[in-house]
Amino acid sequence: MKLPPLSYHRAESVEHAIALLGQYQGEAKIIAGGQSLIPMLAYRLTAPAALIDIGRLADLATIRLDDQGLSIGSLTRWCDLQGSVEIRKFHPLLHDAIGHVAHYQIRNRGTIGGSLAHCDPAAECPAVVLACEGEIMVQGSNGTRSVRADDFFQGLLETDLQQDEVITSVKLPPWNPKRLWAFKEFSRRAGDFALAGVAMHFEMIGGCIAAPSIVGFGVGDRALVLRATQEALASNPPEPETIARAVSIARDEIDPPLDPHAPPDYRRALFGTLLERAVTEALGRNRGPMS
Amino acid sequence: MTLLDVSFSVNGELFKVQVEPRRTLADCLRHDLRLTGTHVGCEHGVCGACTVIVNDAAVRSCLLLAAQVDGWAIRTVEGLASGEQLSPLQQAFQDNHALQCGFCTPGILMTAQALLESEPDAGDERIVEVLSGHICRCTGYVPIIKAIAQARDVINSGRQKAR
Repeated sequence: MKLPPLSYHRAESVEHAIALLGQYQGEAKIIAGGQSLIPMLAYRLTAPAALIDIGRLADLATIRLDDQGLSIGSLTRWCDLQGSVEIRKFHPLLHDAIGHVAHYQIRNRGTIGGSLAHCDPAAECPAVVLACEGEIMVQGSNGTRSVRADDFFQGLLETDLQQDEVITSVKLPPWNPKRLWAFKEFSRRAGDFALAGVAMHFEMIGGCIAAPSIVGFGVGDRALVLRATQEALASNPPEPETIARAVSIARDEIDPPLDPHAPPDYRRALFGTLLERAVTEALGRNRGPMS
Repeated sequence: MTLLDVSFSVNGELFKVQVEPRRTLADCLRHDLRLTGTHVGCEHGVCGACTVIVNDAAVRSCLLLAAQVDGWAIRTVEGLASGEQLSPLQQAFQDNHALQCGFCTPGILMTAQALLESEPDAGDERIVEVLSGHICRCTGYVPIIKAIAQARDVINSGRQKAR
């Protein structure tokens, strides 16, 4: 369908965008890459009075790496994230996940901030930010604040972002190179939204799994931190029984939607399989050279 | 609805148009500029038929507003051939029967063009990956992959001769 009628403003700065958001009192939407927002408009799932284009605020399109970790400007596009040497070297989980985000043509426009603000339950990036205990930096009329990923993602297409706030960057703590990690998803066609997926990492200390972080996506109203599954793995040796128990707990812990793409039982079974493969792949990194 | 003044270049030629803010680049090209080589399929970014090159990157023109591209450089399928002379990519599509109905072809050509410009040595696997952003119901994709690989080799051998 054609898009609903709306106004268009090009923001000259983050402050300008915030002022415009304030004027529209919740009736305006920020547009950056537009790769999720424009389909939403085309389906008339949303019909804001105005779009505020932040797409030319080059200050928001930076990637910084220091001893605090990785700071990625909200306007950084997938193609730039994928090509970033820093991310490939110092955040292998994020690098791997980006390769699964949509198609080449979408990655040339879509931004990381857009994905976080959109909060699609099957999106890769919120899952990785959750799994790595990232923080989302937002700016509004009351100044800036940092929101823990756990508090930021609140439900189906719902975040903690207030009506006059803009995401400026996302921060990921330094990646511990001792981590064993894996990212797995299944979709019917390359680049489509995942029917289910898992982003995970853990360490091995004294022959046991330590500090496991397991996040499922496409299996709930948002990306889910699977705490019971993590507990089932923590402090246990990575024996087949441990993994089988964790898989069985995970299948219960997720909360797959009833939608036309796949019934909940299918997603539970699929997720268990993906988790098992992910743990096995992560353990494999303990021996061979890191890929 | 207030109309916006937008100007951008298409295949090197500058255009100035007045558009509704909700006008997509795809509709602007087809309806306002009468450049109907760019096809519109799904209108929500899945089929790839509307793909054009914006500032040297292949993007969906149905997922961009005309207002967003003010001042930018657009290339469409109309810009590939020089007169009656097909581009190496177009020639390779003809040679390999890489199209039948032709609806998806303009988008695929623009994706392949952008790919071969930015990654001249793109391997067959990379071609397949990038092509996954397009839906073609006639060919079964195999001739398309062959055509893009042939164009890559033709362009690269031309480059070597030029040296």
